Amino acid sequence: MSMVAEAQLKHAVPTDQELIDFVVRETRLIDQQRFDEWLDLYADDAFYWMPLEWNQTDPRLTCSLMYEDKLLLSIRVERLKGVRTFSQKPKSRCHHVLQTPQVDSRDPAANNYVTWTPMHYIETRMDEQTLYAAWATHHLSVENGRLKIKLKRVDLINCDAAFGNIQLFM
Amino acid sequence: MPRYAGNVAAIRDLVRDQEVHRDVYVSEEVFQLEMEHMFPNSWVYVGHDSQVPNPGDYFGTTIGTQPILLVRHTDGTVKVLHNRCPHKGTRITSETCGNAGKFFRCPYHAWSFRTDGSLLAIPLKKGYENTGFEQSHAASGMAPVRHVRNYRGFVFAKINDGGLDFEEFFGESLSSFDNMIDRSPVGQLKVAGGVLRYMHNCNWKMLVENQTDTCHPMVAHESSAGTVVEVWKKAPPGTQKPMAVEIIAPFMSPYEFFENMGIRIWDNGHGHTGVHHSIHSDYSAVPGYFDKMKAAYGEERAKAILGENRHNTVYFPNIMIKGPIQLLRHFKPIAANKTLVESWTFQLVDAPDMLLERTLMYNRLINAPTSIVGHDDLEMYERAQEGLHSNGNEWVNLQRLYSPDEAGQTNVAVNGTSEWPMRHQFRAWAKFMTMGM
Repeated sequence: MSMVAEAQLKHAVPTDQELIDFVVRETRLIDQQRFDEWLDLYADDAFYWMPLEWNQTDPRLTCSLMYEDKLLLSIRVERLKGVRTFSQKPKSRCHHVLQTPQVDSRDPAANNYVTWTPMHYIETRMDEQTLYAAWATHHLSVENGRLKIKLKRVDLINCDAAFGNIQLFM
Repeated sequence: MPRYAGNVAAIRDLVRDQEVHRDVYVSEEVFQLEMEHMFPNSWVYVGHDSQVPNPGDYFGTTIGTQPILLVRHTDGTVKVLHNRCPHKGTRITSETCGNAGKFFRCPYHAWSFRTDGSLLAIPLKKGYENTGFEQSHAASGMAPVRHVRNYRGFVFAKINDGGLDFEEFFGESLSSFDNMIDRSPVGQLKVAGGVLRYMHNCNWKMLVENQTDTCHPMVAHESSAGTVVEVWKKAPPGTQKPMAVEIIAPFMSPYEFFENMGIRIWDNGHGHTGVHHSIHSDYSAVPGYFDKMKAAYGEERAKAILGENRHNTVYFPNIMIKGPIQLLRHFKPIAANKTLVESWTFQLVDAPDMLLERTLMYNRLINAPTSIVGHDDLEMYERAQEGLHSNGNEWVNLQRLYSPDEAGQTNVAVNGTSEWPMRHQFRAWAKFMTMGM
C-alpha cells in the first residue's frame, strides 16, 4: 500500500511514460479501494462517463450508465463508507487487468493529453463474480505540476446489455 | 407435483385481505400460470408508436415471456404479431428494431409475410398442394395478437379473447397518461435517449409493489439520498443547487411528506402515489417551457397540466409511469426469481431540450445498473427473494392502514403510506389469474 497516489511530474510537460504510469496508478487505487486518494486524481471540473450506446457522442440528450461530475463521484465514495449502505454489506471487491495504455495525443499548448487503455474488469461480491471488458479513454491535464483527470470515459464492449449491479468504478 | 394448475381455489387462497402467500413470488408453477393466464388476460404494454414511425418499422419485445413484434403496417396502423415463423418457430427478426420493408422474410426457409402477419409466399409452394395446408396453423402466417389498442401513442395488447375491454380495464387511470402527454405543447411524445436495462434476481411483482411503497425511501435509500443530503450540506453557502441534488435529495423526505402526498386507487390494480404533491413537485422551472405551454393551452389549462405532480402511476400488471418526467418502467418477467427492468424515457415534442436532459439524468441516477439508488432497492428485493424460502412464516404482510370495507372501492384517495395499492394489485392478480380457468 506504499504506492504514492499522486506523483510530481519531473518537468512541465509529462513524458509518455508518466502518462502511462498515471493511468496504471489510477486503477490500482480503485482496486485497493483507496477511493479518497483516487478522487483527488480528478480535476474539480472532471467527468466520469460510461456511455450506454455504442460509439455514443452525446452525454446530455442520450442516456448513459454514468455521467458524473466530481460532486456525484464524491457522493459515491462517501456512500461506500456508510454504515447503512446495505448493498455493500458485505463489500464488493474489484480487479483490473490493463493492456499498456497507449498515448493517443499530446498537446502541451492546450494542456491536453489523451490515453487509450483496453482492460478487463472484475467485480465480485459474496459468491458472484462478473467479468467486464472495456476501453478506458483518459483526458488528462497538468495542474500544479501533477496530472489530473479531466474526463475518464469507459466504453463497455457490451454497453447496451442488461446488467445486474455494477457498484464500484471501472 | 402441481399444486395450482386448474385449481382456482388454491390460487385464490394465495391472496388474503391483509397478506399474500410467498408462493406468488417464489413458485415456478405460479409463475408459469401467470404467463398462461394472468398476462394473456390483461392489457399489457407493448411499446410506443414513435418507435415504429414508418411502414415496415418493427420493434421486438415480450408479453409475459412470449416474444412479440410491434409493427407499422402498410396502411399506417400498428399491429402486434407473435414473433415466430409459423413453419418451425424461428424468430423472424434479427435486430431488436429495424425496418422490414414491405414484408418479413424468415431467414431459415424464406417464408414471407405481410406486415400484418399474413402469409405472402413460400418457396416451392407446389410441395404443399393437396396436403390440406390451407387448414394448417401455418397457413395463417405470423399470428397477430387480436386485441390491440393504441392510446395516444402507447400501444397495449391483450392476447386472450376473454377478459375486459380496454376502457373497462383501465377506467379513469388513463388520466396519468393524458397528463404525461399533455405536457408537450403539441400533445405528443417521442421515445428518446435510449433504454436502460437492469437485470434483477427477484420476482417481477416485488418491483411493481415497490412503486407504491412510500415507507422505504428514507430507510433503504438513506445510503444514497441521505449521503447526497449530507454532502450537499457542505457546499459553500449560495452555491446553486445542482439538478442531481434536486432529483435525489427528496427521497429523504420524512414520513409526513409521504403520508400527505396521498395515494389514489382505481379499478383492476391500477393506482398512483402523489395525489397532492410528490418528489417531483419542486423541480426548477425550465426557461421558455411555460410560455410554450401557455401559448398552446391557455394559462389556466397550462397551469392545471403542470400542477399535477403524480409520483408513480402503476398500470397493472407490469408498468409504472412518471408523468412529470416522462418516464416509463417496464417490469418484464423472465422467471419466478428473475426480472428484466427496462426504463424508457420520452421527449416532449416541441418543448425545451432541458426537460429531456433532466429526465435522462433522473433515469441514470435512479434506474441504471450503475445507480446507487438502484443498488439500494435491488439489495432489498434479492434479500426478500432469498428470505421467502424460510418456512418459519409463509406469508408476506400487506396490512398497513387496512380497512375491512376497502375491497370494491374505486377512485378513492387515501393516506400516502397505505399498503392498499399492494392489496389492490393482488386482488387484481387473483382476478386475472383465475379468469376463464
